[in-house]
Amino acid sequence: MSETRVGAPLLEVEHLRKYFPVRGGLLQRQVGKVHAVDDVSFTLGERETLGLVGESGCGKTTTGRVVLDLIPPSGGSVKYAGRDLFTLSRAEKKRTRRDLQIIFQDPYGSLDPRMPVGDIVAEGLQIHGLLDKKGREVAVREALEAVGLRAEYSRRYPHEFSGGQRQRIGIARALVLRPKLLVCDEPVSALDVSIQSQVLNLLKDLQREFGLTYLFIAHNLAVVRYIADRVAVMYLGKIVELAPADELYREPRMPYTIALLSAIPEADPRQRRKKRIVLAGEVPSPVDPPSGCRFRTRCWLAQDVCAEREPEWRELHPGHWVACHLAEQTG
Amino acid sequence: MALLEVKDLRTVFHTSEGLVTAVDGVTFSVEAGRALGIVGESGCGKSVTSLSVMRLIAQPGRIEGGSITFDGQDLLTLSDDEMRKIRGKSIAMIFQEPMTSLNPVFTVGAQIAEAVTTHEKVDDARAKDRAVEMLEKVGVSLARQRFDAYPHEMSGGMRQRIMIAMALACDPRILIADEPTTALDVTIQAQILELLKALAAERHLSLMLITHDLGVIAEMADDVVVMYAGEIVESAPVLALFEAPAHPYTRGLLGSIPTLRTGKSEKLTVIPGSVPNPLFYPGGCRFEPRCPSAFPLCRERHPALARVPDGRLVRCFLYDETVRAVDPALLPVAREQRAAAATAAAPATATAAAATSST
Repeated sequence: MSETRVGAPLLEVEHLRKYFPVRGGLLQRQVGKVHAVDDVSFTLGERETLGLVGESGCGKTTTGRVVLDLIPPSGGSVKYAGRDLFTLSRAEKKRTRRDLQIIFQDPYGSLDPRMPVGDIVAEGLQIHGLLDKKGREVAVREALEAVGLRAEYSRRYPHEFSGGQRQRIGIARALVLRPKLLVCDEPVSALDVSIQSQVLNLLKDLQREFGLTYLFIAHNLAVVRYIADRVAVMYLGKIVELAPADELYREPRMPYTIALLSAIPEADPRQRRKKRIVLAGEVPSPVDPPSGCRFRTRCWLAQDVCAEREPEWRELHPGHWVACHLAEQTG
Repeated sequence: MALLEVKDLRTVFHTSEGLVTAVDGVTFSVEAGRALGIVGESGCGKSVTSLSVMRLIAQPGRIEGGSITFDGQDLLTLSDDEMRKIRGKSIAMIFQEPMTSLNPVFTVGAQIAEAVTTHEKVDDARAKDRAVEMLEKVGVSLARQRFDAYPHEMSGGMRQRIMIAMALACDPRILIADEPTTALDVTIQAQILELLKALAAERHLSLMLITHDLGVIAEMADDVVVMYAGEIVESAPVLALFEAPAHPYTRGLLGSIPTLRTGKSEKLTVIPGSVPNPLFYPGGCRFEPRCPSAFPLCRERHPALARVPDGRLVRCFLYDETVRAVDPALLPVAREQRAAAATAAAPATATAAAATSST
């Protein structure tokens, strides 16, 4: 259903890697590295929402940051509108960044408490030298109204707002630059459920109104299913499954995805008797990930081949990608 | 008789800005061997309720009224010493952030053993054996080695297991769990919930589970209490609550969470506005400013928590027979009909107006 709506790729991420050095010993020499993002590839079509899900430490936030070039990659490429972000000149990079904005999880930590809301929202315009003072005021007013806040609020300070309103301010700050792509990093997980639904509905409305493309990073699978067209599941620095949202939730093929979906407590007491897959153990260290398939240490289907060879990233059927030796058996 | 009965509990905080009534006339009971879930959003008073039961309210907070009867004894009349004998022994508690509840400079084993020696006359070797046994019970492998580990050497899920081991070491009758899995990843949350369920069944333990997550409630609770702005707004068995939520707030809450079955094009229910400031609660129904079904009476009078025909308790005039009997025009049904009639009439007027202006 999304095929007709989704255009040519706006963003192409190929073999993206990000390692963080681990230092130790007397001379603080590098003794290892954290494989935070390890060979991640995906595309994002115009006006599409790609959900990126996984548990803490799986690399989903780092992926978002590297895609925006907020932290330098260790390898791979990110093409925005056909051009490699990492090889652009400084001036070109600055120009491109206007199109790529981010919304953060913490609506408290991400707003400067000493800046009036109007200045917070206008700051991006100022940095990019867009519009004169008058024009900026108009743009700020429009952005605030677009996210459902009153324009008069622009003289107030962040502490005068509730969590949900602050998240709206964060969205207005991104929106004022008329971006094409928004990386939403856990935008609703700090909010109460009644406020969460307000912000989710707002994000959906804004996408329609401004033709936005979202990379939606979250750990809550139900939220992602609601907002995303396609969903990518990450585990220990790798994408292990990627499929259209409905299909991924209906027919997950990678055992990790199956376990993840099965672990969600559903708000329906009649589902309680449902047989749950409870994974044993915890996520291994990303400094020294398991050989072969990284999930094999917790996988109840694992066989010898899973330790010997890394499963290749393959298209099981059109649009449904998976990295698992045994995906044929789980269907 | 219920194992724990809380009646008309009132806990207030004397702040510099004024009096905050965090818990305002809360009444519920926990039956032996059953699980009670208390659900609500930030600031609704659910955590203060659980801390009040443990009598762990510190200055500037104070329990100002009501009774908390455990096993026939009113906890609010006990001396501090008597309370200390019950806390951790008969009623135990675990918290959201296991790292801040564990002492970073002692081994986890020593902390579990301490819980034992505080309440029972046993020697150190015996206490250690009990601690190791508890570690095994909560699924910590290599329990004897892990006894000597420090909290920072463990993951969040492991630490929560330690907290559970410590809480259950003295075989309490009730375990109060305040957001026990909120800080954990979903696969680890599933492990901890399964563990709590198994241990509760095995030990005939009552649970009082405080959470904002309706999924966790649906999974774990037998009975549910929904709190809003310091009060209980609905109290019902879990199936009844999820199948037919009665209070408009409960309905809004259930509608606003996307589930794995929510359709993509479906709009999530939105509860407009936000929770009222506890310094200035509305005089009438506290949910009235955000309620889609509110009518004039809701602003004037404060509804009581009343029993409705199916046995549940609801704090809402929609279910008040006397209100219905006195003035049916007050009822939202009539109001909705009036609104429908008005909108049906409106386009006609608009066309008429347009016609006038064009001529």
